[in-house]
Amino acid sequence: MLDEGGAAVPAPPALELRNIDKRFGAVHANRAVSFAAARGSIHGLIGENGAGKSTLMNIVYGFHRADDGEILVDGRRVDIGSPQDAIAAGIGMVHQHFMLVENFTVLENVVLGVEGGALLRGGLDRARGELEKLARDYGLEVPLDTVVAELPVGLQQRVEILKALYRRAEILILDEPTAVLTPQEAEQLFRMLRLLRDQGKTVVLVTHKLREIMAVTDRVTVMRQGAVVGEVATGTTSPRELAEKMVGRAVLLRVEKGPARPGETLLSVRDLEVRDRFDVARVRGVSFELRAGEIVGVAGVSGNGQSELLEALAGIRMPSRGGIILGGRDLVREQLDPRRRRALGLAHVPEDRLRMGVVTGFSAEDNTILGYHDRAAYNRGLLLNRPAIHAECEREMAAHDVRPALPGLRIAAFSGGNQQKLVLAREIDVDPRVLLIGQPTRGVDIGAIEFIHKKLIALRDAGKALLIVSVELEEILGLADRILVMNAGEIVGEVARADATEEKLGLMMAGVKGEGHA
Amino acid sequence: MRPIPSVRALVALACLAAGARAADFLPAIVYDMGGKFDRSFNQSASDGAAKFAKDTGIAVRDFEITNAAQREQAMTQFARRGASVIVAIGFDQASAVEAVAKKFPNVKFAIVDGTVDLPNVQSINFREQESSFLCGMAAAMASKTGKVGFVGGMDVPLIRKFALGYVEGVHYVNPAAEVFENMTGTTPAAWNDPTKGAELAKSQFGRGADVVFHAAGGTGLGVMQAAADMGKLSIGCDSNQDYLHPGSVLTSAVKRVDTAVYQTFLGAKNGTWKPGKIYLGLAEDGVGFSLDEHNRKLITPEIEAKLDEARADIIAGKIKVSEYHAQ
Amino acid sequence: MNAPAKLPRWAELGLLPLVNLAAALLLSGVIVKVLGESPWAALKLLASGSLGSEENIGYTLYYATNFMFTGLAVAVAYHAGLFNIGGEGQAYVGGLGVGLVALWLGGRAPFLVVLPVAILGGAVFGAAWAFIPAWLQARRGSHIVITTIMFNFIGSALMTYLLVNVLIKPGQQSPETREFGATAFMPAASDLLAKAGIDFSPSPLNLAFVVALGAGALVWVLVWRTRWGYALRVAGQNQAAAVYAGISPPRIIVQSMLLSGALAGCLALNELMGSQHRILIDFPGGAGFVGIAVALMGRNHPAGIFLSAVLFGALAQGGSQLSFDMPKINRDMVVVIQGLVILFCGALENVMRAPLAAVFARLAGRREAEG
Repeated sequence: MLDEGGAAVPAPPALELRNIDKRFGAVHANRAVSFAAARGSIHGLIGENGAGKSTLMNIVYGFHRADDGEILVDGRRVDIGSPQDAIAAGIGMVHQHFMLVENFTVLENVVLGVEGGALLRGGLDRARGELEKLARDYGLEVPLDTVVAELPVGLQQRVEILKALYRRAEILILDEPTAVLTPQEAEQLFRMLRLLRDQGKTVVLVTHKLREIMAVTDRVTVMRQGAVVGEVATGTTSPRELAEKMVGRAVLLRVEKGPARPGETLLSVRDLEVRDRFDVARVRGVSFELRAGEIVGVAGVSGNGQSELLEALAGIRMPSRGGIILGGRDLVREQLDPRRRRALGLAHVPEDRLRMGVVTGFSAEDNTILGYHDRAAYNRGLLLNRPAIHAECEREMAAHDVRPALPGLRIAAFSGGNQQKLVLAREIDVDPRVLLIGQPTRGVDIGAIEFIHKKLIALRDAGKALLIVSVELEEILGLADRILVMNAGEIVGEVARADATEEKLGLMMAGVKGEGHA
Repeated sequence: MRPIPSVRALVALACLAAGARAADFLPAIVYDMGGKFDRSFNQSASDGAAKFAKDTGIAVRDFEITNAAQREQAMTQFARRGASVIVAIGFDQASAVEAVAKKFPNVKFAIVDGTVDLPNVQSINFREQESSFLCGMAAAMASKTGKVGFVGGMDVPLIRKFALGYVEGVHYVNPAAEVFENMTGTTPAAWNDPTKGAELAKSQFGRGADVVFHAAGGTGLGVMQAAADMGKLSIGCDSNQDYLHPGSVLTSAVKRVDTAVYQTFLGAKNGTWKPGKIYLGLAEDGVGFSLDEHNRKLITPEIEAKLDEARADIIAGKIKVSEYHAQ
Repeated sequence: MNAPAKLPRWAELGLLPLVNLAAALLLSGVIVKVLGESPWAALKLLASGSLGSEENIGYTLYYATNFMFTGLAVAVAYHAGLFNIGGEGQAYVGGLGVGLVALWLGGRAPFLVVLPVAILGGAVFGAAWAFIPAWLQARRGSHIVITTIMFNFIGSALMTYLLVNVLIKPGQQSPETREFGATAFMPAASDLLAKAGIDFSPSPLNLAFVVALGAGALVWVLVWRTRWGYALRVAGQNQAAAVYAGISPPRIIVQSMLLSGALAGCLALNELMGSQHRILIDFPGGAGFVGIAVALMGRNHPAGIFLSAVLFGALAQGGSQLSFDMPKINRDMVVVIQGLVILFCGALENVMRAPLAAVFARLAGRREAEG
């Protein structure tokens, strides 16, 4: 890449890594990774979960020390042993989970750790002026005196970026920045990143989403199993090519499916209201029906009541009002617990697999019977029927291509995708009539996503009713036959798949009701 | 360097074995849970043992138990290793003494504060009620408010025995006097809780008492401190505690465990030791009240005369002090 | 990324505890040295005092029996995600159940009748003492660590009251009951072995040891082989997953604490029926608290608990021999040594893990490089 000024000697990369090697015990997280990002560019780093992207960036930011290799900033070797060293070298990082003090104001958060003296006042005043300038230069307007907890997520992310810039970062690393954003917020973020690049900053964007890489980066480095497997200019590649590099084989990015043939109504929800433990209504007057042979998707920005809706349907939360009718019985009035709902043919793949769907300390086979441990097939008299459980787990592993196919292995040792396949296998194996699925592919590799999506469509075609809650719009669009959009606990609209576009859904997710309004 | 210490240990063991063979005089003592530095009962016994060792040049082997099973274990070991006489301190050891004394009929045993009916056991008990009676009298005579207090340690029969004698002594002088009684607690921790002792004493002072007697081991130190802080009077227990807060400690109900231990060892050494029950009261100088330069000013000649008179009457049987019996 | 370093299973279960134990003993040795005794001789005394003769082994296993009961009690609660600090109180009150049965049936019914009724008595009383904290945790959210600690004190007060005022043998100083009838004595190991033609020196070791082993086996089956144990472990490891699976965590809390208290309550089979033959003040002697360390070190698994109970039994017995034979090492010193073992094997367990893991990683790396 030539220097734009046309000078004969190309400028050294803003950030260069040479042969970075890192092990955690037996895990070889980074294998001689070399990476370079040019000054004034947006450089993507993509790979599946566990490919070593985060480890690599944590080394750059001083959270870990590499076993081997070197880091160069503007061609000079730097020794980074802590985040302070990284900041001193002009590197800033925006983490997936924000590192903000929620009950401090924006200003206080920004100066935290660099107050510049024992007395706060002087530092704050100086910071205010500087931040106002930064905000003007980069389009990063944030109300400086608002308490962070009161800001929407997108603005909180801006605070993180401001923090880095205030510390004179020339190189900005963003780790999965769009995970918490609406499509519109993500688009805003990308505009901001382009502005930063145009002003000469270097941005490293770590993500597993192909779409973002294509949308915003100049070059992209692909990692797989701790090693770099390719680096290309974004303009010369395609999502398919990148996906193949990431996974190591050809993958289908969107699963083919035929039209839905909805049958009888299996589940109907009437005027459902769910309150949290602070007695705040999280689901307000939600009604809908779910029919055999269709997939209904629930779209919405995380935290708008989808989780509570799903848990209320599954019996984990008791609604404060309304009805859930399954097979002629009102689950709310009868106060049925999850176990009895399962017996009525209602299966549930929870949103947060690790928090709820599996017991991480258990083996795969012990997780096979979670929720079903008192079924006759798994018991023999007073004792659990271990051989039967083992055989069942082996069968499910084979049927769902779970790797490694070791029933005795701790569930935590499986990749996210394989864990999800096991949970899905467990829930569909009992032949439910209605299947509730939260975030079907959260933290799941591209290869496994394809498998899971195929499986879900097969279930639909077999006459099951599926309700899918996902914050990934792409996923909703790829799977659902009908889409419900939630905002602030209400269903703000229902869109048939054929009429749905990402833009339209995005607006509804942001609270703009009804149709139209392009 | 390495082998030397182990050689030393072997020599020590050999000496012990040789000692046993030579049938030398080997005294041993087993302290109870409180441990030999409890500044009270066990420590008094330990003083007696130390005095014996100093006077005769004969080492005394000892053991402090930490759980019930160790009582029997420790005594058995001493007996098996040729101990001539084994003194067990405290009523809790009675059943262990009984079991081990049966197994070793040729070893002399003694139990302090307990009774074991065997031909090779000496049971030493004190008439604590007698000294408590005198202290009660002293308290009643020194009190200006007509209200006095008692702070016990753990609520066990022995402490009730102290309390009963004390109350009788108070009422002997002043039948109308009011006595506040508090026990510190119901766990062994009650023997060593000076903070709570001070609280109880303060509450009794608050209700109008101006003399408080403690029978509470380490807890009593707090009682006495509280009395000294508030300008009131306290009465010590077991050993002479008058020196702790001169001018504030009226007197102490002394219990000569040290003498008892010393005499037992000496008797066993000189061949005058006899099994059976021994009661040590005022007559035997086994219990009494203290009078020294620290409390000389508090015990006026009139009080002293009254106490001496009562003491003579108790010895003569003219005053009957009741003894607390469980049920 | 910051997960604890991984070790091979054999090293995790076998090598790591040994390294920790060695470190604890090494530091103890330094202290012994400072006190002016020979560490080597002290170690030998500790070893011979606990395992050097049949009688010493008997004492070691006798103490271990207590620790097995309380260790199992802690472990069962642990698997349900609860930290039962109340083993001491549950053992104490459980002793009331055992003792009342022994006082009532001893001498009147044959031992084979007394034993099951006494086990039932200890279990019911111990469970009852665990029930209230469990209920408070399950229904009111009162933290079980706090409530069980409080119940230790209340139990102690209750037992002292009963022994001093109600159960005391009339006309004696010591707050103890009368001796149980002879058929309520646990047969001593020496007598039992003598019947089998094996000569074994007398010691307090008794049949309760076998009962404790049985209890360990029962706990293993219950926790790892039944659907109830499955629900227990799910609730203990992940409450959200338990609710998801339709398991009621409050119910599991109460049930597991009942079992935990019942196990602790059986300590009296060993201590009272096996050795003291009467109910006496403070007979658990801290075994309820040692049980916490035993369970911690034994990884809350019955086999591990057996091994660590024997270790702590050996420390108790060997330690008493040590203070017996080395006058400079008094009983407080023995407590320090036990404390160091608990510190290294429990609280500081991970301190040794990292260096050990590094060694293994290096070895693995070398093997990889060569292979």
